[in-house]
Amino acid sequence: MGHSGHYIGGIDMAKAVSKPKKSNLTKYNRAGYFFCAPFVIVFLIFSVYPVFRTLYLSFTDAKVTTLNMHFNGVANYVRVFTDKYFWKALLNTVRIWGLNIVLQLGLAFLLTIVFSDLKYKIKGLPVFRAVYYLPNLIAATSIAFLFRTLLDWRYGTFNQIIAGLYKLFGMQYNPIDWLNTASTAGVAISVIQTWMWFGNSFIMLMAGVQGISKDYYEAAAIDGAGRWTLFGKITLPLLKPILLYVAITSLIGGLQMFDLPYLMSEKTSAAYSSVQTVVMYLYKFGFETGTTQLGYASAIAYALFLIILVVSIVQLKLVNKED
Amino acid sequence: MTIGYKIKKAIIYICMIVLALACLLPFLLMMVNATRSGSEIVTSFTLIPSTHLKENWETVFSFFNLFKGMWNSLVVAVPATLLGAYFSALTAYGLAMYKFKGNKLLFMVILIFMMIPGQLSLIGFYNLCTKLKLVNSYIPLIVPAIAAPGTVFFLRQYVLSALPPSLIEAARIDGAKELYSFHRIALPIMSPGIATMAIMGFIGNWNNYLLPMIILNKNEKFTLPVMMATLKASTDINSNQGAIYLAVAISVIPILIVFCFCSKYIISSISAGSVKG
Repeated sequence: MGHSGHYIGGIDMAKAVSKPKKSNLTKYNRAGYFFCAPFVIVFLIFSVYPVFRTLYLSFTDAKVTTLNMHFNGVANYVRVFTDKYFWKALLNTVRIWGLNIVLQLGLAFLLTIVFSDLKYKIKGLPVFRAVYYLPNLIAATSIAFLFRTLLDWRYGTFNQIIAGLYKLFGMQYNPIDWLNTASTAGVAISVIQTWMWFGNSFIMLMAGVQGISKDYYEAAAIDGAGRWTLFGKITLPLLKPILLYVAITSLIGGLQMFDLPYLMSEKTSAAYSSVQTVVMYLYKFGFETGTTQLGYASAIAYALFLIILVVSIVQLKLVNKED
Repeated sequence: MTIGYKIKKAIIYICMIVLALACLLPFLLMMVNATRSGSEIVTSFTLIPSTHLKENWETVFSFFNLFKGMWNSLVVAVPATLLGAYFSALTAYGLAMYKFKGNKLLFMVILIFMMIPGQLSLIGFYNLCTKLKLVNSYIPLIVPAIAAPGTVFFLRQYVLSALPPSLIEAARIDGAKELYSFHRIALPIMSPGIATMAIMGFIGNWNNYLLPMIILNKNEKFTLPVMMATLKASTDINSNQGAIYLAVAISVIPILIVFCFCSKYIISSISAGSVKG
C-alpha cells in the first residue's frame, strides 16, 4: 500500500507540472453535481414541494379542492389550538405512545441486562433476538386483523383462554370487550405496539452494550462493583446516545400512529373517542368524504410537527443538561 | 450457592422462553385457526389443526384475490427498492467523494428532512398527485423512493468509512470515467451497506399502508395491506373467523419467508443504524 501511494503521488506531481492541480480537482469535483442531480430533482418535487404546499394550504380555507380557496391567515391554527377534539386526539396519542414506550424500553432494558450479564452467561442470543424481533416485520394491517379477531369479545381466543383459566380456579369470567371499552382499548393498542417494537429496541440497546469495552466492566468488577452499580455507572451512561436515538425516533413514529388504532376501532364504538389519534383526526379532514377540509387538515399536520419539534428539543436539552 | 445459581439461571431461561412464546403464539394461533371452521373457533380454543382449510380458502378468495394484492405489492415494492438502493448509493457517493458548491447545504437539508415526520406533507403530496394526474398510479409510490434521506445519510457514512479515496484516484489516473469508477469500484465495496438498506426498504414498502390507501382507490390496483384493510368493512367474511385468520396468514407468509433468509442482515442493519445514529 505504501508503495502504491507513493506511485500515485508521483503521477500527481507529474500532472501538476503540466496543469495546475486545483483546476484539475475542480473538474473532477464537478461530477458531484451529476451524482446528486437525480436525488435533488425527485426530492424537490416529491418531498420539498409537498411540505411547503401543505404549509401554504394551512393558511387557506381550502375545502374539498384547492380551486376556490382563499387566504385566511392563521384562522386554521387558532382553530386547531382551540379544538378540544384535537387536544383529545393528542392526549390519546401521547397516552398510547407513553405506555408503549415505557413498556417497550423497560422490557428491552431488562433483556439487555440479562443477555449482557457476566455471571449467568445466557446463551442463544441470536435465536431469541430473531424471535423477539419477528412481530416488527409484519404489516400493521395484518397485525390489526389478527388481534381484532383474537381479542373479539364473544368468540376471540384471548377471552377463551382467560375463561379457561378462571374455570380452573372455579370462577366465572365475565368477558371483556377489550377493543370496544374506553378504558381498555388504548391499553390494548399500547401493548400490541410494545409487542411489535420491543425486539427492535432490544437489538439497538444490545448493539450499544456490545460496543462498550469489556475493560470497563472488568476494572469495575475488580473494585467490587455489583451488577446494579455496573449497570447504573457504566452501561446506562454509555448507552445514553442510543437511548436518545431510540426515544426520539419512537416519539416521531409514535405521534404519527395511525395504522393500528385506525384499523382496530370502529367509529360507532364507545371506545373510538379514546383511541382516535392525531393522524386519524388529520385523515378525517384530509381524506374522508363529507368532512374534507384541506386547509384545516394541513394546519393539524403543522401543529403536530411543531409539537414533535418542541418535545424533541426538550428531550435533547434534558439529556445534555445532565452531562 | 451453586444450586441457587442454577435455579436462578433456569428461571431466567424460562422467562426468556415465555417471552419468545408470547411473540410466536399469536402466529401459531393464526395458523391453527386458519384451518378451523367459524363454529369450531367460536366454541373452543385448541392448538390442534382442523380440516376446514379448503372452505376457509374458498371464503377468502370469493371475497378478494390476495395473490393479486401480493402481485401489486411486488410491482410497487421491487422497483421502489431497486431505485431507492441505486440512487441513494449514487447520491451518497457524490456527497462523500466530491467537494462541490452546495454539498454541505444538501447534506444539511437531508439531515433536517430525516427529522420531519412523513405525515407532515401528506396533504401536499396528495394535492400534487391530483395535479399531476397520478392518483391511482403506482408512480407516486415508486418514484419518490429515489430521494430517501435516511438511506443517503446511512450510505454516506458507509462510503466515508469503507471506501478509501485513493482507490478512486488510482482509477482516475488509469483513465476511468467517474461513473465507471462508481459502478466498478464503489458499488461492490458499498454492497453490504446497500443490501441492508434495500432489505429494510423492501419490507417498509411492502408493509406501507397509509400512502397507498390514499393514492389508490381502484380495487384491482390495491396493494396487499390496502386489500387486507377492506376486511374491516365486510360483514359476511367477519362472520367466519377462520377465513379472517387464513387471510392474515396468507398475507404474513411472504414476509416470514424473507425473514427466514435475511434475519441476519435485518438484525445487523438495525444494530448498525443504532450505533451510527
